[in-house]
Amino acid sequence: MRIPAVRGGAHRPQGFQHDPLLLLAVAILALWLLASLSAPWMGLQPNQIDLPRILAPPNAQLWLGADDLGRPVLDRVLMGAGTALAVGLGVVLVSAIGGALIGGFAALGGGLWDRLMVRLIDVFLAFPGILLAIALAGILGPGLGNLVIALAAVGWVGYARLARAQVLSLRSREHVLAARALGVGSGRILLRHLLPLAAAPLMVEATFGMAAAVISEAGLSFLGLGVQPPDASWGSMIRDGVGVLLVAPHLVLAPGIALLLVVLAVNRVGDAWRDYLDVRSRAD
Amino acid sequence: MVEQAGAERGVAGPEAGAAGAAGAAGAAGAAGAVLEVRGLRTQLGGAARPVTVVDGIDLRIAPGETLALLGESGCGKSMTALSLMRLLPLGGRIVAGSVCLGGHELLSLPEREMRMLRGGRMAMIFQEPQTSLNPVMRIGAQVAEAVRVHEDMDRTRASAWVADRVQELLRAVGIPDPERRAEDYPHQLSGGMKQRVMIAIALAGNPRLLIADEPTTALDVTIQAQVLQLLKRVQRDTGMAVLLITHDLGVVAETAERLAVMYAGQIVEQASCAEFFAAPAHPYSRKLLESLPTAAKRGGQLAMIPGRVPALDQSFAGCRFAPRCDRVLESCATTEPDWQAVSQDQQVRCLLWRAGPSSGVAAASAQAADVAQPGETAMAPAPASALAPKLGAEPLLRTEGLKVWFPIRRGLFKRVVGHVRAVDGVDLTLNAGETLALVGESGCGKTTAGKGLLRLEQPTGGRVTYGGQDLAQLAPARMRRLRKDLQIIFQDPFASMNPRMLIGDIVGEGLQALGIERQAARRRERVAALLERVGIGAEAMTRYPHEFSGGQRQRICIARALAVEPRVIVCDEPTSALDVSVQAQILNLLKSLQQDFGISYLFITHNIAVVSYLAQQVAVMYLGRLVEQGPVADILGNPRHPYTQALLSAVPSIDPDSGREQVRLSGDMPSPAQPPSGCYFHPRCPVARPECAQAYPEAVHLDAQHQVNCLPEIVGA
Repeated sequence: MRIPAVRGGAHRPQGFQHDPLLLLAVAILALWLLASLSAPWMGLQPNQIDLPRILAPPNAQLWLGADDLGRPVLDRVLMGAGTALAVGLGVVLVSAIGGALIGGFAALGGGLWDRLMVRLIDVFLAFPGILLAIALAGILGPGLGNLVIALAAVGWVGYARLARAQVLSLRSREHVLAARALGVGSGRILLRHLLPLAAAPLMVEATFGMAAAVISEAGLSFLGLGVQPPDASWGSMIRDGVGVLLVAPHLVLAPGIALLLVVLAVNRVGDAWRDYLDVRSRAD
Repeated sequence: MVEQAGAERGVAGPEAGAAGAAGAAGAAGAAGAVLEVRGLRTQLGGAARPVTVVDGIDLRIAPGETLALLGESGCGKSMTALSLMRLLPLGGRIVAGSVCLGGHELLSLPEREMRMLRGGRMAMIFQEPQTSLNPVMRIGAQVAEAVRVHEDMDRTRASAWVADRVQELLRAVGIPDPERRAEDYPHQLSGGMKQRVMIAIALAGNPRLLIADEPTTALDVTIQAQVLQLLKRVQRDTGMAVLLITHDLGVVAETAERLAVMYAGQIVEQASCAEFFAAPAHPYSRKLLESLPTAAKRGGQLAMIPGRVPALDQSFAGCRFAPRCDRVLESCATTEPDWQAVSQDQQVRCLLWRAGPSSGVAAASAQAADVAQPGETAMAPAPASALAPKLGAEPLLRTEGLKVWFPIRRGLFKRVVGHVRAVDGVDLTLNAGETLALVGESGCGKTTAGKGLLRLEQPTGGRVTYGGQDLAQLAPARMRRLRKDLQIIFQDPFASMNPRMLIGDIVGEGLQALGIERQAARRRERVAALLERVGIGAEAMTRYPHEFSGGQRQRICIARALAVEPRVIVCDEPTSALDVSVQAQILNLLKSLQQDFGISYLFITHNIAVVSYLAQQVAVMYLGRLVEQGPVADILGNPRHPYTQALLSAVPSIDPDSGREQVRLSGDMPSPAQPPSGCYFHPRCPVARPECAQAYPEAVHLDAQHQVNCLPEIVGA
């Protein structure tokens, strides 16, 4: 006989109304989204060169000052938000979907196919990811699209490994056997009966992947392999500011802090989501 | 207030009965009850919406007596046990009543003293021996821990004395070679052995009361028989009282002197077992007995209880069973029934008996007549024989030497070091429109055989002939087309549906996947009709699986299998996760579907009662091989293989004068990775001969259909 679960016994994660940090993280994410979506229509002038105000410190007209070409830093940070979001979403979507399908089919197919895929995943994991991405970006040439391809080529392994583990534990469930007995094909079994049940941990993984992609984009742009001038990206802004760091620290601080806040916020929300989905930490 | 009064008055009734039963058991009498519970009331959940899981229970157990607390899942029987031990889960609380153990009130004891009582004067064993033992402690140490806690002793001579006591306890529960076994870890013991260790731990404090919460539900019947026998013996030796909590009427009949039937948090009937099984008084008890499948009910439908157990977070005005009762009176909905004496040993909480015993008897006999009638009319045309195949007709599905082996891989390079021979050469013949029951204990390979037959597991060897083709060798694409004819229903209705899909999509999946009905609108119509057919209703299509109960889910699974109009359905223990009354609904449905559509069932089960009700042919499996097969009447009425005989005699029966010869098996089933030489059964066989260890015996044909894999001298052919 089953003993009914009792409310309020074990530790339960707090709702975000009671967690100011989580509330702040959600607010930052909302701001990031808002900035990236509305920046193109706000009449910003991120590429307006104005030589008299070169390296102007923050003031009433230019809230975050101007950079080494006299461009408004605030406008460029806002435009950079859009770049970060586009790369983050693009990388996560491509690598999560690709990785989940590869890992899922590996587990479902089993045998030689599965062993090959596992070896491939191991090889990718053994590589320093960012180095591989640099190499790929170098080969493909700079640009937003190539950046996404390079980062996704490194990022899919995590999702593939997770999806494979999930599918391995789910594939002998009776509802999957029932579907096979009904003559449902492997592709449909994976897409309808396995991946939807494995989606929750994959989505949590995706939030962390998002933060990593934003950081990587900044890193590659810092190295000059990402977004090309004059387009704004937080990474390239930091690179441009490094040379004048001691004279005008706001050039590095503004995009740096934006990057820091966004990554922290994404990670915090991912953590909260994982706790929420973890049944073991919930009493009911 | 009504409830309060009911509980007050209720005390008088069962007390008289308990005294009578105690007298009959030769115990000390009314004054010497080991346990006396009055008006126990337990609630779970928040104060705003409490769930009263136990509502005014009165119990009384005499020394040396076994009282069975019988009920279906969710009726509050486990909560009663936990309340007695004061081990309620968080949020649970006892709000009223008294629990006296040997004259001492337990509910007012401080927790410290209560802790000394637990495992001391009152002990408890649980359903799952696997999870009740600490996996990283040797079993000897676990028993010793219990001994030390409950004995006041001089520390200097303690360790030697404790070791002796541990040996003594392990020997008392029938663990062979206790000196060596005490050094084992729990995972080295079988389920039955673990339950024996649990009993040894419970006995460590010389309890006067043992609470056994479904002690054998997780065990196989032959092991269950060993454990129940052990409990009886220990009880005889120590004179302790046993409160046996179970849902199994057969176990009650074989082990208890008295029983109390629980329904929705209340006891609705208390009686001696003899009186109860001769004539149950409460309509619910009666329905429970009638819903048990037996050979005698083969021709007709099993009794069903409509509706569901009421939620316990409400307050009840009248009888809790009234909405589901077929003998309901007008006053039942408004008047809380109090205890009525049926006889000296039988009390019932039912208004039918208010006008004295005769009124209840009249009602009971009227009901009995009602029930008997459809059974008799259905018996006349004998549908089983009508559907029986013409002799010489080609069987629908046949397996020859079916083998499913799983490789065991070890070491760095995962070399194959051996095989688990889950199914090791099985010949089955399934005729059109018939039910073939595949019977055996857990681990015998019956489920794997069913999956191998449908190629849900790839057979390692042998043939599966269906429609002139060997399914085992068929190309995947052609096998997919044949899947329409061969379907499966699983044991666990909770795991066998995708929780993220709507019922309509689940049932219609086969129609879509096999391209039987490509148009969505027409598919919806067919799904709606199927859901109506299995008694769910078409409105279920837009709901999710978690909104349904276990029995309803199993009906949906049946509808899913039916959707593709199969000719064979493999039913893999479809009712073993369900309560008796729900099981009856599913069996009735399966039977009527067979009569309407002529579907053949391969019915995989360990439940002999279900076999006797449903099957025409029976095949008995042991350790991956068949030991005996034939028509149901021959196998159940005249079993010839020693294993079949032991299996059947281990099944607890509610028939008090069945007069069966008891064949008790010793030991456990060996591992299918290393089966014994010769006949797989010979190490446990009571009539084994030296030649049994030499070779696996050939099939002996006793007549055209009945065959046994045993030596001709033993089966007397």
